Amino acid sequence: MSAIYILWLRELKRYTRSRAQIVASLGQPLLYLLVLGFGLGPVFQQAGKGSYIQFVAPGVVGMSILFTSIFSGIGLLWDRQFGFLKETLVAPVPRTNVMIGRTLGGATVATIQGSLILTVCLIAGFRPAHWTTVPLAFLFMILTAIVFAGLGTAIGSFLENMQGFQLIMNFLVMPIFFLSGALFPLTNLPKLLSAATSLDPLSYGIDGLRGALIGLSHYGFLTNVSVLSVVAIFFVAIGGYFFSKIQI
Amino acid sequence: MIRVEHLTKTYGEFTAVNDVSFEVQRGEIFAFLGPNGAGKTTTIKMLTTLLKPTSGKVELDGLDPIAEQHKARRSFGIVFQDPSLDSELTAYENMDLHGVLYHVPRKVRAERIENLLKLFELWDKRDKYVKEFSGGMRRRLEIARGFLHTPKILFLDEPTLGLDPQSRNQLWTHVKRLNETESVTVFLTTHYMDEADRVAHRIAIIDHGKIVAQGSPAELKEQTKTESLEDAFLALTGSTIRDEKADSADQMRQVVKMWRR
Repeated sequence: MSAIYILWLRELKRYTRSRAQIVASLGQPLLYLLVLGFGLGPVFQQAGKGSYIQFVAPGVVGMSILFTSIFSGIGLLWDRQFGFLKETLVAPVPRTNVMIGRTLGGATVATIQGSLILTVCLIAGFRPAHWTTVPLAFLFMILTAIVFAGLGTAIGSFLENMQGFQLIMNFLVMPIFFLSGALFPLTNLPKLLSAATSLDPLSYGIDGLRGALIGLSHYGFLTNVSVLSVVAIFFVAIGGYFFSKIQI
Repeated sequence: MIRVEHLTKTYGEFTAVNDVSFEVQRGEIFAFLGPNGAGKTTTIKMLTTLLKPTSGKVELDGLDPIAEQHKARRSFGIVFQDPSLDSELTAYENMDLHGVLYHVPRKVRAERIENLLKLFELWDKRDKYVKEFSGGMRRRLEIARGFLHTPKILFLDEPTLGLDPQSRNQLWTHVKRLNETESVTVFLTTHYMDEADRVAHRIAIIDHGKIVAQGSPAELKEQTKTESLEDAFLALTGSTIRDEKADSADQMRQVVKMWRR
């Protein structure tokens, strides 16, 4: 237990100490929120869907959680190349505990990051439909963060160098983001796209966030929570499996 | 303390370590020498549970590092060839994290961290981030960390690589002292023959994955009829230069070196 705690704490310390990085990581979501929010706003309004900023804010929160948690998992790659990973791998601690500590740390960081973005959205003019359901948004943030921190660790256990990183970015992370319904409503989609979005775990995270924040949900609360929980357990399990198989 | 029998590691066609056997006694300083790519690091990785041997037997303090990974891991400390500190943490935090991972009780931990950091002259800098440390300071911190959980065996894989003579000298003085006061068995590799000559009780020379000679520095010099250990080493391993393929870790290290400048 103490090993899980100290590794979790390490992730948190690393995060809070990299202030420049925190500020930088707010840039991209802000761009999506403001440019898309105001740029597509009029079209969205004319289509009778209401305010686009209201609609896209939960998507932007989900996006920042996706990126932060996947990157924290892939941070394994840096630790692997620059040594710190070895320090934890030769320690008399089960590898699963090492993995869980790191993953929970990454997930916590991602949740904090998501909350930061949500705050920024509030400043930018986003208003939740009901303040009472806002705590539920945190549930979805945490679940989403665990899902992708687990996936990130699984990927990080495989990757041996930075070349693979671009591949993951373009063929996994970006598709997860674009197919998630972060930017568009999931209703009345073409069949193929609809199928793809329903296979994307992030869809459920963002749909859950939307349900909690603007009272608009496509799949429904129960489906969102159960899909996310199952996928979280699955990804953490395979992440743990691959992590325990690392040989240097 | 360490017993290795017919240890072999193959990667496909390539045999990195070929039927290696040796024994290290309790309290001994044992130097494992060899040219680049001779199989030193591969052997250390197998001894320290990081790599599974293809065949052969390893015993650390009577424990099998494969079957009893956990217990075996508690019994040794290691300083890797490349740095393994978290540079975003302070020196103290790095030590503390290590102590927690190795189940050192809180009180003992604080005490030992203080003693070791003082011994390695890092106590004043305990709250500085490791990224602000020089190469020599990082090395000292890593070695101090290796001693933290009072291991029975300490592995040092080229610990003095890239250090100036002052730091190297000081480092070996500390290692020798702790070897004597805490009777830690030390297993080291280095490219500096004078160091091995000075600190090691016994030496094994490995080349092309096979051990070519074993004995005390004096015995090796006698055996090859040479004056210095360096000459003995060259007599045993020849003077051709070995090509070593840079793996991805080496490439990344290069990149990092460039960024640091």
